[in-house]
Amino acid sequence: MAERIVELCNISKLFGRICALSGISLGIETGEVVGLIGDNGAGKSTLIKILAGVVQPTSGEILVRGGPVTGWNAARSRNAGIETVFQDRALAMQQSVVRNIFMGRELAGRFGWLKLGREMREAERLMQEIGFTSKLLSPRSIVGQLSGGERQGVAIARAIYNEAELIILDEPTAALSLIETDKVFRFVRQVKASGRSVLFIGHNIHHVYDVADRFIVLDRGQVALEASRADLPSAEALITLMEELARPPRGLVPSFAHAEQSQ
Amino acid sequence: MSELVRPEASATRQTGAAIGRAIRGFVEANRAPLGALAVFGVMMAVFLAANPRVFSEWNIYRSVLTTLPVALFLVVPLVFVVTVGEIDLSFPATMGFAAWIFAVVVHAGFSPYLGALAAIFTGMFLGLVVGSVVVYFNLSSLVATLGMNFVLRGVIQIANEGMPIALTSLRESSLRTVFASPVLGVPAQSLWALAFVIFAALLFNRHRFGVQVKIVGDNPDSARQMGIDVNWVRVKTFIFVGLGAALAGIVSTLINFTWWPTAGEGYFLPVLASVFVGGTPTWGGVGTVVGGAIGALTVSFIQTGVIGAGLSGFYVQFFDGVIIILSLIGHRWNQARYR
Ligand SMILES: Nc1ncnc2c1ncn2[C@@H]1O[C@H](COP(=O)(O)OP(=O)(O)OP(=O)(O)O)[C@@H](O)[C@H]1O
Ligand SMILES: [Mg+2]
Repeated sequence: MAERIVELCNISKLFGRICALSGISLGIETGEVVGLIGDNGAGKSTLIKILAGVVQPTSGEILVRGGPVTGWNAARSRNAGIETVFQDRALAMQQSVVRNIFMGRELAGRFGWLKLGREMREAERLMQEIGFTSKLLSPRSIVGQLSGGERQGVAIARAIYNEAELIILDEPTAALSLIETDKVFRFVRQVKASGRSVLFIGHNIHHVYDVADRFIVLDRGQVALEASRADLPSAEALITLMEELARPPRGLVPSFAHAEQSQ
Repeated sequence: MSELVRPEASATRQTGAAIGRAIRGFVEANRAPLGALAVFGVMMAVFLAANPRVFSEWNIYRSVLTTLPVALFLVVPLVFVVTVGEIDLSFPATMGFAAWIFAVVVHAGFSPYLGALAAIFTGMFLGLVVGSVVVYFNLSSLVATLGMNFVLRGVIQIANEGMPIALTSLRESSLRTVFASPVLGVPAQSLWALAFVIFAALLFNRHRFGVQVKIVGDNPDSARQMGIDVNWVRVKTFIFVGLGAALAGIVSTLINFTWWPTAGEGYFLPVLASVFVGGTPTWGGVGTVVGGAIGALTVSFIQTGVIGAGLSGFYVQFFDGVIIILSLIGHRWNQARYR
């Protein structure tokens, strides 16, 4: 078995009385692309925010490379080699592209003085890499002036800069044109080819099927299904399985209404 | 067309275009401080036209340069606090408090250098306390720092019962020679204040602290998601205000040889106005240190200018208000807000 970069053990998250996640256990191995799917409000973003250290779980344990972590937070998550493109992109709109790319990761020398020249060069290289070829766009451009797709590009550039071992993409293709969507998929395959891992959230099952090696379906805060690509001959097979899950509960997947009644 | 142009001509055209681009880039990147400079320039032109004789003499500028530095030590860190998305209204009392410690140490016969060190430590410690109260209790900084201003001033009043501390020994001290005596006709404190402004401008634009201040003020949630310790960045801006307030308190005591229990109160509104006249908007995420310094220059010239122009002192407040409102309108038009 390949090494597990990160593992969630029996993770639950309550927002007040709302149970966003309950008893989630999953792991992500080196070099695999995991597709995370589920309805709106299923808890996908909450789950990746826990991995990113932004949301603290109510209970459960996080293991990084097999070892339990304490004081898990966003800085630790990034230091552990996990980069996240959040659903809301997490950009500072009044700042330049280069400032957003190096947000929280400023290239500084001793005493904290910035290496502005190096940051500019690296930002230019990254922008080329993700296909920002427009002459009008420079690392100095203000992010608030960019289009939605371009902003998404900045968030992705930030995630790839560090050559992180696990890149989490929360609906990276929402609001992207077909060409841009293709670029994202090409990028996911590149990451996989270089032996690193991707956790990919998407609503388009066909897209997710095309790119992922393994699928995790979340339903109302629980893992409803885990399947590897080898088990599923086509995207349609995955869709059929998901439709079955969406049907009224038959005891197979306990709903929260049932869980609450039984307490 | 281009092949008809002789090579050397096209080369000069290219460098010309490059220079044009560089100038446009500079203007684009510095709209706020340039706007503040324009306000200052227009105001001075009006004063100069009103009374050319008074405004062509050095005296009037020297009198401004004596007190302006004190304001600069306060305005510059306030730009950081406003950019991070907070406000600190406790700086007048922090200034008075730090200056009090300075006065007590000097009055007790210790070296003024030790007094200055103690004052700086006090100012930064008060900044840490004020900032921690605001940030970690998640209070409105507008109200909480106003409260802290009253608390600190109250402590000063209780301890001193309104009595000033006279510090005649400062007159001969080398601290005063270095920090508050004229150098070739220019008050030394204005040179120190200029150095402080330059240092702070570099800190704001070329240091991790400055760029994190802007990011936190711009979008604290994103900053947190990217692993920035948002609360500590906020607290650090309050500590910086404490440092500036201490320096302001030391310099103003060095100028007057006397510490008053009211020390700092007079700077409250002019300093606050300077930040915004300088082009730092109220909404956080962007700001300008150099603009703030120019704002302080503008505000401290209003009084001198109004009287120099031959109007009575009763006009000062009116012109203060006019300049503030006109600046805000100008900056609003000059800067777009992105969210
Ligand atoms: N900060 C919060 N406070 C309260 N409730 C929250 C919070 N964040 C998420 N929730 C709730 O948790 C549940 C899961 O939300 P989450 O954002 O994880 O869903 P999602 O699967 O990402 O949905 P989508 O596909 O729409 O992005 C939702 O019911 C949501 O209302
Ligand atoms: Mg989501």
